[in-house]
Amino acid sequence: MEIEVTVNGVAYRRDTEPRRLLVDFIRTELGLTGTHIGCDTTSCGACTVLFDGVPVKSCTMFAVQADGHELTTVEGLRRNGELSPVQAAFKEHHGLQCGFCTPGMMLVATALLSSNPDPTEEEVRWALSGNICRCTGYTNIVEAIRSAAATMHETAGVES
Amino acid sequence: MTTTHQPATPFEMGGIGHSVRRKEDDRFIQGAGRYLDDIQLPGMLHMAILRSPIAHGRILSIDTSEAEATDGVVAVVTGEMLAAHGLAWMPTLSGDTQAVLATDKVRYQGQEVAAVIATDPYVARDALSGIFVDYEELPAITSPQQALEPGAVLIRDEKEGQTDNVAYTWEAGDKAATDEAFAKADLVVTLDTHYPRSHPAPLETCGVVADVNPATGEATIYLTSQAPHAHRTLFAIVAGLPEEKIRVVSPDIGGGFGNKVPIYPGYVVATAASLLIGKPVKWVESRSENLISTGFARDFHMHGELALTADGRILGLRASILSDQGAFYADAQPTRFRAGLFHICTGSYDFGAAHVTAKGAFTNKAPGGVAYRCSFRVTEASYLIERLVQNAAYELGMDPAEFRLKNFIRPEQFPYLSPTGFVYDSGDYHTALRKAMEMIDYEGWRRRQQEPHPEGKLIGIGIASFTEVVGAGNSRTYDIAGLKMIDSAELRIHPTGKAILKLGVKSQGQGHETTFAQIVAEELGIPFEDVKVQEGDTDNTPYGLGTYASRSTPVAGAATAVVARQIREKARKLAAHLLEASPDDLEWEPGRFFVRGVPDKGVTIQEVAFAAYTNFPEGMEAGLEGVHYYDPPNMTYPFGSYIVVVEVDPEDGTWKVLDMVAVDDCGVRINPMIVEGQITGGLTEGFAKANMQWITFDENGNCIGSNFLDYLVPTAWEAPRFRLGETVTPSPHHPIGAKGVGESATVGSPAAYVNAVIDALWSKGVRNIDMPVLPHRVWGALNGVEVAP
Repeated sequence: MEIEVTVNGVAYRRDTEPRRLLVDFIRTELGLTGTHIGCDTTSCGACTVLFDGVPVKSCTMFAVQADGHELTTVEGLRRNGELSPVQAAFKEHHGLQCGFCTPGMMLVATALLSSNPDPTEEEVRWALSGNICRCTGYTNIVEAIRSAAATMHETAGVES
Repeated sequence: MTTTHQPATPFEMGGIGHSVRRKEDDRFIQGAGRYLDDIQLPGMLHMAILRSPIAHGRILSIDTSEAEATDGVVAVVTGEMLAAHGLAWMPTLSGDTQAVLATDKVRYQGQEVAAVIATDPYVARDALSGIFVDYEELPAITSPQQALEPGAVLIRDEKEGQTDNVAYTWEAGDKAATDEAFAKADLVVTLDTHYPRSHPAPLETCGVVADVNPATGEATIYLTSQAPHAHRTLFAIVAGLPEEKIRVVSPDIGGGFGNKVPIYPGYVVATAASLLIGKPVKWVESRSENLISTGFARDFHMHGELALTADGRILGLRASILSDQGAFYADAQPTRFRAGLFHICTGSYDFGAAHVTAKGAFTNKAPGGVAYRCSFRVTEASYLIERLVQNAAYELGMDPAEFRLKNFIRPEQFPYLSPTGFVYDSGDYHTALRKAMEMIDYEGWRRRQQEPHPEGKLIGIGIASFTEVVGAGNSRTYDIAGLKMIDSAELRIHPTGKAILKLGVKSQGQGHETTFAQIVAEELGIPFEDVKVQEGDTDNTPYGLGTYASRSTPVAGAATAVVARQIREKARKLAAHLLEASPDDLEWEPGRFFVRGVPDKGVTIQEVAFAAYTNFPEGMEAGLEGVHYYDPPNMTYPFGSYIVVVEVDPEDGTWKVLDMVAVDDCGVRINPMIVEGQITGGLTEGFAKANMQWITFDENGNCIGSNFLDYLVPTAWEAPRFRLGETVTPSPHHPIGAKGVGESATVGSPAAYVNAVIDALWSKGVRNIDMPVLPHRVWGALNGVEVAP
């Protein structure tokens, strides 16, 4: 089946099997390997991408369902050649160890901050509750996201 | 004794003690890590494994014809085919043998029976349904107690001389002295508890890409490996391949926690398939395959007894263990240690006698026994003593903190010979516990605990004051499959003063690319950003035993410091040549030699490095590099005290953490930020095991816990918050005084959580609840009702 999908601002037209999972399409057919597979059962969130701006688990969608939609993967997080505030904050606050869950965590965080620019700790933890990290114990991930919110707030303040 | 460590280098240089940000993060936060499943090679084939649906049964026939006829299938591999090459069985790390693909019987649900190699991973999985296996089902043995009953069906009937289901027996300590101690006791406290089966479940599962060149026979094996060098040697021995023709490459690893120490059947089948077909073959586990077939951990049924005096002193410890080994005895542990380092079970306490026995039983469950974020059964040992100590205090009518302070090994007793034969290198247990008590306001919580709770909740305060033994070996005592537990570092300073450090260990998220560069920065004054750290490629790194059991910093970290010091001594001679002075007249400050008394007259390490290739004195070998193999004189003994306050709801048996402090002493901290990250992750793992995370089986041997819907691991929503503290008692025998920290919190914290729940329920008559402390178990214990496990 031929589909058209925009990923990180780039339009792709590809012929793909109807049963091909979106995560396999992204990883294998587009070569964007920053999206990971951790569980196959929609439990861990390593495969999270933004689907028209909303976080979805790409292991539980077919590629053909993305026809006509816009996706953002970790490779598309940089803005104007710079790390996004979320990316920078994950490094600054040691919000990652092995890095395997990190793309999914950052995409959820990016979506959260676009709809809720100043989340409480509880709100951050709830937003992350579909994503598993086995290394960090989450403390520094939560700190990173709240710090990114503050940075974005300051930047927006300077611009306005 | 506790010290404080002030960094000797400026922050930008990033020597020891600086929380510099991690060098490896730049690629991970941009999706540019390279994990195993990201590897694509030209012509690469994909493998899927057919697994046994039953726990125990004889294989009557295997029909692969339909699978073979499927479009896109290149080959179907069975145990019989492997047997023709002598590869149907392989040795385990505990001296047993394990089936690669089953030929005679299946011995656990999920055991590997056949493999499909196809052009596409979807096709490979589809074709599994075209393999038909006839089984004659046998009774499943699902507990070690059942395994040892007279007349129990023999699981390992293929094993010569094996007439029962006993996998091993082991003992340590002094039985006569212990009996004597118990004869003198005023009081004996006992505890029977099960440390349940668990699984490390790193977020990245295990996998391999085997690429055997059909023309040269050279095999490049990309592997999710915590121990690439040891794996290369074992591949050479097991498969009979010449070692120089094997290159193991361990790429970025998405978490290991012990799961990626053993060699799994899938690795061997994929390599054999690549050898036979002449194309690269990839195999990556699904999560279910990971949870049901690889690397289980724990599963110790423990009985412990403490002999006590009426005034609150410990006289002796008796412990006996029954371990559930699964169908093959495959613990990843040093050869001479049948139950790992369980004999650390005397913990942080000073008493004269201990005697420990252990017996392992074969059951119809997956093999493994990996050291899940633990240095070989240390967490089981720590759990037993810390639970016993709390019960002892209650039985004596003492406060558990006071009881610990009375029985701790005192600072002046180090080095301390334990009754089971370990020599503890250093410690100051009183200071760590007192600090934790102060941080959490222990006395205040004890008072609040007595006040009536407005909603009828019960408050509990739990302590664990653990001592670990990590950093294997020395080579005299510790080996894995005969390979002595040393590790190495190779350091080269390039002409421009930048450096490359190559190590035999392999990071899985611990931050080696940063912390090991910081050791070089400390010793040579080269900024950590200028030191590239390379690991994982056996053709490009010196030999080592790998990263597990918290041994990277104790062993490879020591090797790094030693080789850097050797290079500094050569640099001193070069500097003397450049400064036209005697080497003895030179002083060193981070990054620079200068003439004593003339601080302006000096050369930087970068200038020296350039001279090593451009202007070295006659008679001196060119270059500035070295390699050092470090054989640790002793293990290191990190310790700490954790205190948890929980609130138990007697209505529904749920409990939550109200506050937790963790005071860790891992000796000198190379990068405090990374150390605290390790501790926070470990405390969460400990909470997981205490609260929710376990693998169990039904009476037919069906695995319950084969996915993240049944095998519960905490998310950000459930994970508690922690407050961290530290004391610093350097290891006296380690070149930089570091002890290792990756596992302390996983080892130490489970007992603290469980002790807190028991503390809340003690006045209601509850004496034990096994992990995980699930709500229905709490409710059952409170109400005196027998509940399902």
